[in-house]
Amino acid sequence: MTLDAAWAVDWVRRSAATVAEHRDELVELDRQIGDGDHGENLNRGFAAVVAKLDALEQPPATPGDVLRLVATTLMSTVGGAAGPLYGTAYLRASKAGATDALGAAAVVAMLESALEGVVARGKASAGEKTMVDAWTPAVAAAVEAADHGAPPSAVLAAAALGARDGAQATVPLVATKGRASYLGARSAGHMDPGARSSQLLLEAAAEAAADAD
Amino acid sequence: MTNEWAPVALVLVSHSRELAEGAARVAGQMAPRVLVVPAGGDDDGGLGTSYGRVEAALREATADGRSAVVLTDLGSAVLTSESVLEMADDELATRVRVADAPFVEGAVAAAVTAHGRADLAAVLASAQAAAASFAPASDASPVAPPAGPPTSPGGDARGDVVLRNPLGLHARPAALIVRMLAPFDASVQVNGVNAASVLDLMKLGAVQGDLLTVTAQGPQASEAVARLVSDVEAGFGEV
Ligand SMILES: Nc1ncnc2c1ncn2[C@@H]1O[C@H](COP(=O)(O)OP(=O)(O)O)[C@@H](O)[C@H]1O
Ligand SMILES: [Mg+2]
Repeated sequence: MTLDAAWAVDWVRRSAATVAEHRDELVELDRQIGDGDHGENLNRGFAAVVAKLDALEQPPATPGDVLRLVATTLMSTVGGAAGPLYGTAYLRASKAGATDALGAAAVVAMLESALEGVVARGKASAGEKTMVDAWTPAVAAAVEAADHGAPPSAVLAAAALGARDGAQATVPLVATKGRASYLGARSAGHMDPGARSSQLLLEAAAEAAADAD
Repeated sequence: MTNEWAPVALVLVSHSRELAEGAARVAGQMAPRVLVVPAGGDDDGGLGTSYGRVEAALREATADGRSAVVLTDLGSAVLTSESVLEMADDELATRVRVADAPFVEGAVAAAVTAHGRADLAAVLASAQAAAASFAPASDASPVAPPAGPPTSPGGDARGDVVLRNPLGLHARPAALIVRMLAPFDASVQVNGVNAASVLDLMKLGAVQGDLLTVTAQGPQASEAVARLVSDVEAGFGEV
């Protein structure tokens, strides 16, 4: 059981759909502790990715090719902090996903690379109320699942659950990175929008993998 | 004209097009031979940062072999600038630095340093030292040559002069002083603050009629003091 470029394309389309569906929720979360543009930023970015996918003459050969297209498009279309952060995450993930069929270990490597990309770009560590707080438990859960011999789809399902718990756990935190950090203690009591969108994207990855099984 | 630009250019990345353009004008006024390229706002002129605009500004700034220092305002301006550099080829990336500096003050300090044809490291350092000049206790910028000990080889010099121009020691005369002193082999202070730092000079808040005490150390200490005293007496062309 492996994941191929068709899975990656499906992941992207599901990402665009879930971001569009949760656009207002993400805007509202970002309005509480930021400037209210996160849902709009991501929606614009993923719509642009889908438009580029649709315009491709040849289907992409590897998951890495798809993720690279996502990376460069998000970087130039998202606008806010999430653009370079997700852009770097997908760019690093694309390097780990450069073979045509990803097994469980390659999926873990891809998620780890994405997290490393976010950390390299944003310099946040866990507990600072950012998307890192979703990605860190997601990667930990993926590693554990793969260690227990889970197939790629189950690795992604575990990662999605980890991200959900991580996003939930950002609610009481006080932000010390990103725009929300300017609010200080007033940032507590709200979920971090980037952690929430990370959860949505990983859930889309898991659903696409479940479908591919 | 292009050939006359200083070897280090600036790129000002802000969430706001107006803020980037305004800061570029403030910095450019004090350093007319430095190419200052604003990259503000999103693609539609709204608030945000645009990967494409930052990339284009960097390309313009680094054309003709120039290096560039990038100044940024809030988070995504930093992240976008670093992403553009990560995606750029390695040769270009070696000629560009993103300063960890306050946007306006850093741009002004960097522009004035770049105007003296300083290299990339020196321009970057002067931008980053601009933050220190907010600290109430600091009276000298850590970047510019520190005031030498009173026993420097060329000896010391000192002179007093009354500030004549009506607007006092504001940005333009402060920048003129820094630029005029750059070629002298001397460490110069005005009322004890580093005369190589525009911000430190401006922070003196000297107004018309104030007495300025100029001190200097180094091989050209007396030439530097004499020149500065005569420029102040001439009122920087403002009287
Ligand atoms: N330095 C950082 N490291 C990691 N994530 C960050 C950082 N800064 C911001 N974020 C994430 O980006 C999200 C905000 O994205 P967005 O609204 O698109 O950007 P902006 O803050 O520029 O408006 C935050 O909720 C947070 O998860
Ligand atoms: Mg926002």
